[in-house]
Amino acid sequence: MSAATAQVSRTAKPRAPMGKLIAKISSYVMLLIIAVFALFPFIWTLAISITDKTVKSGVSIYDFPASLLPKAVTLQNFLEVFTVFNLGKYLTNSVIISSATVVGTLLVSALAAYPLSKLEFPGRNLIFASILATLVLPTETSFIVNILTLNGLGLLGTYQGVVLPVIATAFGIFVMRQAYLSVPDALLEAARMDGATELQILFKIMIPLSIPSLTALGIFTLVNTWNAYFWPSVALLTNENLQPLAVAMLKLKGQFNYDPFNVAAGAMILMLPVLLVFILTQRLFMRGLEGAVK
Amino acid sequence: MNKSRGITLIAYGFLLPTLVLMGIFTFYPVIYGAYLAFTEYTSAYLGSGRAPTWVGLANFQKIFSDELFIIGIINSVKYLLVVPGLQLASLGVAVLVSRALPLMTFFRAAFYVPVITSMSLAAVMWDWVYNRDGLLNWVLEGLGLLQKSNAISWLGNENTALWAIMLVTFWRGFGYYMVLYLGGLQAIPSELEEAARLDGATPWQVFWKITVPIMRPTILLCSLLSTVSALRVLEDILVFRPDGGPLNSTYTALMYVYQKALGGSRFDYGVASAAGLVVAVIGFGLSYLNFRLTREDAPRRTVKA
Repeated sequence: MSAATAQVSRTAKPRAPMGKLIAKISSYVMLLIIAVFALFPFIWTLAISITDKTVKSGVSIYDFPASLLPKAVTLQNFLEVFTVFNLGKYLTNSVIISSATVVGTLLVSALAAYPLSKLEFPGRNLIFASILATLVLPTETSFIVNILTLNGLGLLGTYQGVVLPVIATAFGIFVMRQAYLSVPDALLEAARMDGATELQILFKIMIPLSIPSLTALGIFTLVNTWNAYFWPSVALLTNENLQPLAVAMLKLKGQFNYDPFNVAAGAMILMLPVLLVFILTQRLFMRGLEGAVK
Repeated sequence: MNKSRGITLIAYGFLLPTLVLMGIFTFYPVIYGAYLAFTEYTSAYLGSGRAPTWVGLANFQKIFSDELFIIGIINSVKYLLVVPGLQLASLGVAVLVSRALPLMTFFRAAFYVPVITSMSLAAVMWDWVYNRDGLLNWVLEGLGLLQKSNAISWLGNENTALWAIMLVTFWRGFGYYMVLYLGGLQAIPSELEEAARLDGATPWQVFWKITVPIMRPTILLCSLLSTVSALRVLEDILVFRPDGGPLNSTYTALMYVYQKALGGSRFDYGVASAAGLVVAVIGFGLSYLNFRLTREDAPRRTVKA
């Protein structure tokens, strides 16, 4: 990547007099300004989270520019938010809900995509069209009926109630279907000749050959579920004890308005796992939604 | 014959989880929700186990004579103003980072970080930014754009609250659309831009006269996506102003749906569903308009390309 970059700029240079240099500098200045716009809330929050609030003279997060560059640094806030706010409980909820959603999504999508890509059966086109249709359905008020349904099933305010409605998605099925389509039919025919069942074909051939797509789908689902606010907040309105950290975050802010240092520490704990996953798998996100489907 | 029946059985077996879950949680809510819009159904009904009562268009009469719903619609339509700015900025940013220059991978990633930020986390951080003593006022004072005595709480003032939340929507969105535009930009032959530059075109001219016209299909698609989500804005508001305040200035159409269904003491699912149906119809109208625009432009576009 960097080698290619260097080469391109080298070939571009001979045609580039002063004007081009100025253009280049000004676009870097613009990029820097945009980067500041994108990142300053995190940098400020990070600074607040490691600020030692116990110093005698007292500190305020609104004391600029001091609050952006804390003089005394500590990790005390991170410990406090666990002991005082019981952050561990919400963090555990996040882990349970996210991992259940990821596993559920992968399983449901991997299963459904197989017949849709590799088997001939009556009703296939109708089912595929229906799944496609979920992308344009007006689902903005579905939460109302879903609450009534979950209530009827006795699942309102449970982990299952949060997870079950979100695991069967058109996106997940498309990603897996696209991966399966690239597996040659001859491979499946050969396996069938050898007496393999469809279930064996799915788990011994299709899924092992689709690990990159499964990984991509898993990571997208993980990040989305970890961050999700609206649906979990609605589904767990009646049971605060099971709320994930993304939902509890606002409660933390409400309860500790007088102690923004702890709130900032909680915010950093919510952000860190996602940021780590993002840094490690950046390319996946930069390909975009279409890239993953194509 | 027997074998193909076996395959059909297996196929439906594999599809069963999807069909059941989508049936219950995706399709049924749309149909039943539309039905509820024409019924009276409240928490009292739910408590006593009574079925919804058909009331015809009564819910629609109710919401259209409810000033709060009208305010909600107006605020949701106002929210659409975020779309043109967001789309042009995202395209502009995509152009900036699409060139093969050092550090572009870093900038792309940096611009995407807000996209992977939870809305509640964004709310925590931006609430401090918008505070009366917050970062925004400090910066504006530093730039000489604001007098300390005029400092306001951006989320507490009815003239600024909705705009302040729109800026957060913008902040969380531009990296997402940047990635979508980057995909489209890669399809533009670089000779085109170079030829224009050699003819003495400024980057500004290249952007407006070449990039924007060629990217038109992607721009329209992205505008459609962002129009629909702007009209449906709820989460972004809930995390800042769960009450739609101050003075209902951030009370959007879906906030009305949310408040009727889950807020207060009397949950009114019928009225909430009716309001949701109206929002859905407006959404479809806007999408249709967007598609019409695309189709009318199609012939001209092929000639150009």
